[in-house]
Amino acid sequence: MFLGRVVGTVVSTMKDAALKGQRLLVVQPLKPDLTETGKCIVILDAVGVGAGELIYWCRGKEASFPFLPVDVPTEATIVGIVDTINIPAAGAKA
Amino acid sequence: MLIGKVIGDVVASQKAPSHEGRKILAVQPLNLDGSDRGEVVLALDAVSAGIGERVLLSTEGFSAMTSVGRPNSPIDSAVIGIIDEIDLISGAK
Repeated sequence: MFLGRVVGTVVSTMKDAALKGQRLLVVQPLKPDLTETGKCIVILDAVGVGAGELIYWCRGKEASFPFLPVDVPTEATIVGIVDTINIPAAGAKA
Repeated sequence: MLIGKVIGDVVASQKAPSHEGRKILAVQPLNLDGSDRGEVVLALDAVSAGIGERVLLSTEGFSAMTSVGRPNSPIDSAVIGIIDEIDLISGAK
């Protein structure tokens, strides 16, 4: 899993039937010190996050498992909202 | 699997139910010489690893889920071992 921040949403009307009712969010991947790493990605939400929240996300086939028994075609899904980050060496905080 | 070092942990109270009861560790993958190898990943803890320990990191779903004992759950990486020692033939990189 990886850290990220929700920076936006995507609205799509014509989409795969299994994606109906799913929220599409734009996420900026982050390093543990909360600096940006890589480019933004569009991902699904399995926990009900809000704009600007610090989250962690899962990639790959596993990203579709929160939606079982429906097979949702996603390659990345938010699976948790981060309360705190404890990295003693870097002194990072949420 | 990768060699990694646990550099910290993350607390999340609202998360996928299958992640409940497992620590979320921040792990820096390492090269054999101990230098950083790519980005830090968040991995569920299957072996009670602590901060600062050198660990075995699985970065593939099936093995990660199996080690944590939570099949069909959104887990793409897990700490599945604590490394005691690495022996290399001299010259290996």
